[in-house]
Amino acid sequence: MKKRLDVVGKARRRVDARAKVTGQLRFADDLSMPRMLHAKLLRSPHPHAEIVSVDVSRAASLQGVHLVLTGQDFPVPFGIMPVSVDEFPLARERVRYVGDPVAAVIATDEQTAVEALALIEVNFKILRPVEDAIDGLRHPEPRIHDYGEQGNIHRNQSYEFGDVEDSLRKADFLFEDLFFYEGNTHLPMEQQASLAFLDGEGKLQICSSTQNPHYLHRQLARVLQIPEARIRVVATPNGGGFGGKCDPGGHEFVVSKAALLLGRPVKIGLTREEVFYVHRGRHPVLMKMKTGVTKDGKLTGMHLQTLLDGGGYGSHGPASTFYTGVLTPVTYHYPRFKFEACRVFTSKPACGPKRGHGTPQPRFGQEVQLDKIAEKLGMDPAELRLKNLTKADSLTASWLHVGSTGLEACIRKVTELSGWKEKHRKLPRGRGVGIACSTYMCGAGVAIYWNKMPHSGVQILLDRSGTVIVYCGATEIGQGSDDVLAAIVAETLGVDTGVVRCVTGDTGIAPVDLGSYSSRVTIMMGNAALQAAERLRASVAAVVSETLGTLPDRVVFSQGRVFAADNPGPGMTFVEAVHMAEAALGTLSAVGSYAPPKPPGKYKGAGVGPSPAYSFSACVVEVEVDERTGWIHVPKIWMAHDIGRAVNPTLARGQVIGGVYMGLGEALMEAQSFRRLPEKLSGALVHRAPSMLDYKSLTSLDMPEVEVALIEDPDPNCPYGAKEVGQGPLLPVMPAVANAIFDAVGVRIDEIPITPDKVLAALERKAKGEPARVGPEAFPAVPYPEPTFVLPPWEEGDGKETKRNAAAAVV
Amino acid sequence: MLARVRQRLTVNGEEADVSFAPYKTLLEVLREDLQLTGTKHGCELGECGACTVLLDGEPVLSCLVLGRECEGRSVQTIEGLARGPELHPLQAAFADFGGSQCGYCTPGVIMTAEALLRKNPSPTREEIKVATAGNLCRCTGYQQIVDAIEDAAAQLRAEAK
Repeated sequence: MKKRLDVVGKARRRVDARAKVTGQLRFADDLSMPRMLHAKLLRSPHPHAEIVSVDVSRAASLQGVHLVLTGQDFPVPFGIMPVSVDEFPLARERVRYVGDPVAAVIATDEQTAVEALALIEVNFKILRPVEDAIDGLRHPEPRIHDYGEQGNIHRNQSYEFGDVEDSLRKADFLFEDLFFYEGNTHLPMEQQASLAFLDGEGKLQICSSTQNPHYLHRQLARVLQIPEARIRVVATPNGGGFGGKCDPGGHEFVVSKAALLLGRPVKIGLTREEVFYVHRGRHPVLMKMKTGVTKDGKLTGMHLQTLLDGGGYGSHGPASTFYTGVLTPVTYHYPRFKFEACRVFTSKPACGPKRGHGTPQPRFGQEVQLDKIAEKLGMDPAELRLKNLTKADSLTASWLHVGSTGLEACIRKVTELSGWKEKHRKLPRGRGVGIACSTYMCGAGVAIYWNKMPHSGVQILLDRSGTVIVYCGATEIGQGSDDVLAAIVAETLGVDTGVVRCVTGDTGIAPVDLGSYSSRVTIMMGNAALQAAERLRASVAAVVSETLGTLPDRVVFSQGRVFAADNPGPGMTFVEAVHMAEAALGTLSAVGSYAPPKPPGKYKGAGVGPSPAYSFSACVVEVEVDERTGWIHVPKIWMAHDIGRAVNPTLARGQVIGGVYMGLGEALMEAQSFRRLPEKLSGALVHRAPSMLDYKSLTSLDMPEVEVALIEDPDPNCPYGAKEVGQGPLLPVMPAVANAIFDAVGVRIDEIPITPDKVLAALERKAKGEPARVGPEAFPAVPYPEPTFVLPPWEEGDGKETKRNAAAAVV
Repeated sequence: MLARVRQRLTVNGEEADVSFAPYKTLLEVLREDLQLTGTKHGCELGECGACTVLLDGEPVLSCLVLGRECEGRSVQTIEGLARGPELHPLQAAFADFGGSQCGYCTPGVIMTAEALLRKNPSPTREEIKVATAGNLCRCTGYQQIVDAIEDAAAQLRAEAK
């Protein structure tokens, strides 16, 4: 029975708000237990070295030290992706970045553990470090890992959808640009912490700040060589994640192993410096983008090449490498598309998934290049975009299915709100506006490890008190997943979120949800919750319909009441309905689960990029640039986001503004950058700034006003039509800033972050009559493989790999 | 091991006797020896503002104050802000306006805001931003924090009438 929405779409206090504002919410490091011990990690001072020997005898004999662990205690490696299992909780033979953990001390208190670390003697044989991706291509030896494509290349791939050279040749204009996007880090306010102990049955339990308790659960079983059934992972509420708590961390294995060996609770809390070492953040990416366009502004094809600086380990790198290409053709129609991507191991903390995972880098290049195209063609950049949009329910050249799209509405809304037409190319010198768009997945279509099981499961128990208890493995990382879960269940059962209790993030008592990544939670957990709640509602309706004098499908659940659609007057309370149903059926419970639809692409590699739905965003940024200092001031940002439907508008707006904040920080200042120490100080490759003071991020004073427009056109694949909002709105900010700077002072900054020194350098070049641009000057010869060739859907392709000459026959 | 220090201080309006290792910061004494884990840590170096508490009514970074400096002094933490079962207007506004997402910076920001509103019951948005500029937040983009503080200020002014 359809009814108007009571809960979904209404601004509400989130279900976990009270615990947060009173300081009652317990994050991992807020937990403590009797007889708890403390762990500290010894980390490598060298970016690349062999471990010749480790002597822990002095440390082990220090009073208060209970255990010292080294790489020898962990013979089994881990890795979040099955193709990149290349990391040990404590390094065994080799260290691969400054900060790589080598040994652990477990002691009565942190102070004693720190003192003991100083007593561990490690003999290293220093190896040549690899500074960045280009250095890694130049120096295949020494290899950082003994696996991968060749030399220091970790992943190397190439895909071509239709004959791209041909499409570029036939274009009226060919644009070729180089872009660079510096790496940056998540910087969650909460530093990772974990507490491991043996429960009353002698089983291992770990409470940890992880975004992905299910994947951690599997990796713990693997590394510790104990059955999964003897491990329980509780994801404590994360104090921010942004992708930084997706990988299992060495520290999680260390406290688990120590708890197993000592039979006592063991806790670790990383320092802020260590959080910079753990990293797994944005990959630095060098890009080359060739795009063909007709004189009336139609895109004919794109050839994209990317080169990723991966850091010392695989992490999510194989997926990240794909993501520097696969989502590029989702916003605009490219009749043909080719992308080549190469990830190189370097002697720095591993890069991985950060909000937008691999896509902000090519999106930056794509959207800045579109601005250049519009300028060259004398077109309005917003019009150029509108002319090339992908259509709803269509396929891309690469066989991604675009379902609903609100991008046109987003562009129209954001240009209207910002006064785009009155401002672009019309503001006085030094002021300008820029536009950019983006898209993001509502959940990755394929799980990280191959299996045919659901991506999310939800169990609901109806208690006779009227409390609705909802179990799900999903993880609350601040984004509001518990609130989404409560809202969807409450809406479906016609109750207030106040009677819903969410039990989440616990592998010991809740059904599996794959985790808080790829913006999958609202859609996948939400669909599973919807199914479970609908099943329960149907059970209850079947029982009470007779009393209500109506048919089961004419029973309405709304605002704590259950009544007949045709006769709303009498009815009963929700609690009365539960009592009646429990008396008739026994204990009331139902499960629901969700797996995304099979992707249309059938070629090897087609599993990365498909999603049940895509969100879309359009952004206008206004800037003021001081031509004497290069200083960039951003007075206002407008963001329109196609969210399908906002489950809780207060939270949705918060996600949008928070995404804009993080994107603007990346655009203007955030950089995880490195430097070489002088030779007399070992010449090591070290962080420029492993501290919050030196890693610049926006404060309240730097943050402009953000005007948010939520574009709501419910998506049929999503629960109550709700698409993602956690990652999408970050993505168009960086290119919109770069485009606004061009509008303000006529210089192109083709790399991120855009700092005042780069603006000044570009202005100086402009004054000398040189190209008014700062950005990469060259793209190295990358040994990309022969592409996997697939014909686009409109060239009689079938989604499978094919021979290139088949294309020639068609064209 | 160094001998522990014993001292008395006032925490959230109540006398507290506490003994702790002499090197400990006020942050550590609160979290580890008084079990008041509502106060968070983000850096332990005075960079992030997460550990802000009120010391004799003034906002301080408790990671930069030694426990030993607090003998006989009055400390107020997030745990002492609510009015019995009722939320303080700042807490209610943070909950209603989306001022708290992951919630980790929230106690520090709320205590900073409490100090601001005691001194300046009618701050402008700019004054709110200046007062909270030392409290980093990675989730909200600050806008809804400023909204919340503005609303709480109005609530408190209405109460004072």
